[in-house]
Amino acid sequence: MPSTRDIRRRIKSVKNTAQITKAMQMVASAKMRKAQQAALSGRPYALLMNEVLAAATAGAGEFSHPLMEQREVKKRGVILISSDKGLCGALNTNLLREAAKFDKNTTVYVCAGRKGSQFVARLKRELAAEFTYKDVPAFAEARAISKFAQNLFLEGKVDRVDVLFTNFISTLAQKPEQRQFLPIGKLQALEAGVGGHNEAQDLGDASREYVFEPRAADVLGNLLPHYLNYQVFQFLQEAKASEQSARMVAMKNATDNAKQLIKDLTLEYNKLRQANITKELLEITSAAMAMG
Amino acid sequence: MATIKLEIVTPEAKIYSEDVDMVTLPGIEGEMGIYPMHIPLMTQVAAGEVAARKGGQDYFLAVGDGFVEVTGDRVAILTDMAIRAENIDEAKAEEARKRAEARLSEKLSEEETATVQAALLNSLTQLNVKRRQRR
Repeated sequence: MPSTRDIRRRIKSVKNTAQITKAMQMVASAKMRKAQQAALSGRPYALLMNEVLAAATAGAGEFSHPLMEQREVKKRGVILISSDKGLCGALNTNLLREAAKFDKNTTVYVCAGRKGSQFVARLKRELAAEFTYKDVPAFAEARAISKFAQNLFLEGKVDRVDVLFTNFISTLAQKPEQRQFLPIGKLQALEAGVGGHNEAQDLGDASREYVFEPRAADVLGNLLPHYLNYQVFQFLQEAKASEQSARMVAMKNATDNAKQLIKDLTLEYNKLRQANITKELLEITSAAMAMG
Repeated sequence: MATIKLEIVTPEAKIYSEDVDMVTLPGIEGEMGIYPMHIPLMTQVAAGEVAARKGGQDYFLAVGDGFVEVTGDRVAILTDMAIRAENIDEAKAEEARKRAEARLSEKLSEEETATVQAALLNSLTQLNVKRRQRR
C-alpha cells in the first residue's frame, strides 16, 4: 500500500509530464500550420510548372531524355523521407515497415531525415547518402537530394528510383506511400501539395502554339531535372506536414492520458487520506473510551 | 495603353504579380524585352536582373535560373530565387557570397559544389542588382 506521500509525489511527476507534452503539442500544431502554409504557397508555382511542362511536351514532339530511359531493374534506389525526431506516434514505424519490404540485396537507400538513416544502418543495408531538411524545407535541400538520385540513375548505379514518404491526408491520417521517381514515365501533372486527394491528373493539351527559344527539346531537357527537383520538394513538404500533425496528435493523446492518470491518482489519494483520518478518529475515540 | 501581367514565382512563394508596361529579362541567349501582345514564347532565364517598367518607372528584381512562359497578356517566370531589389540586404548577400566562396575552397563532393555554386550565383546576382540600382 503506497503512502499518501508516495501518491502525492507521483501526481506531481505526472503533472510535469503533462505540462511538457502539452507544450510539445502546441509547438507541433504551430509548426503544422506553418508546414501546411508552405505547401499552399507553392501552389502557384506548381500550376505554372504544369502549364509550362504541358506546353513544352506538346511542342517537343518525339523526345527522349536519358532520365526517361527504361532499363531492366537490377539495382534500385529508394529515397526514404523520414523525420529527424521521434515522439510522433507510429509515423516512422509505418514508414520504415514499408522501407523494409524492399529486397535487401538489390536496394540502395538515399535517406532524408535521421530516423531513416538510423534504420538503414541498423539493418545493415546499403546507404548511398544521407540528407537533412529543415522544418520548413528549402528548395535547395530538395535539389541536393534530387540531383544525387539523378546522378545515381544516370551513372547506371541504379536502374530505377522510388520515393517513399508519408503522405499527408489529413491531420489525423497520414499514409506511407511509394512513388516512382526515375525513370520518368508518362509526364504527370504536379499536384499542388497538401490537398488530401493525391491522384495526379494527366497533363492537358496545350492549347497555344508556343515559340521555343532555343529549341523545345532544349527547354524540355532542362525542364525535366527541374521538374524532378520540384517533385522532391513537394515530397519533403508532405512529409513535414505529416510529421508535425502526427506529433501533435501523439502529444495530445499523451496529455489526455496524463490528465486521466492525475484524476485517478487524486481519487486514490483522497480515499487514502480519508481512511487515515477515519483510522485516527477511531483510535482517539477508542482511547477516550478506555480511559473513561 | 495595353499592359502585360508579370508573375514571378518561386517554389516557396509568389514574389511578384502586377500589370506592367514592359518587361526586360535575362534570357539564356541574351537580354529580352517583352511588350504586351508578344507571341507565345517559352524559354529559359539565366540568373540576372528583371526590369519591369510601370508608369515610366523601372522596378528591378534579382532572379535565379529558371523558365519563362510568355503569352500575349502574361509573362510568367518560374525560378529558384527571386527578390525585389529594394528587399535585397546587401550585407547579408555579401556574407552569403563570402560563405559560399569559402566553402568552394574546401573539398566538396560534386553535388555539394553544385549547390554552393548555385548559392554563390544567387548572392552575386543579388549584389549586382543592388549595386546597379544605386548608380
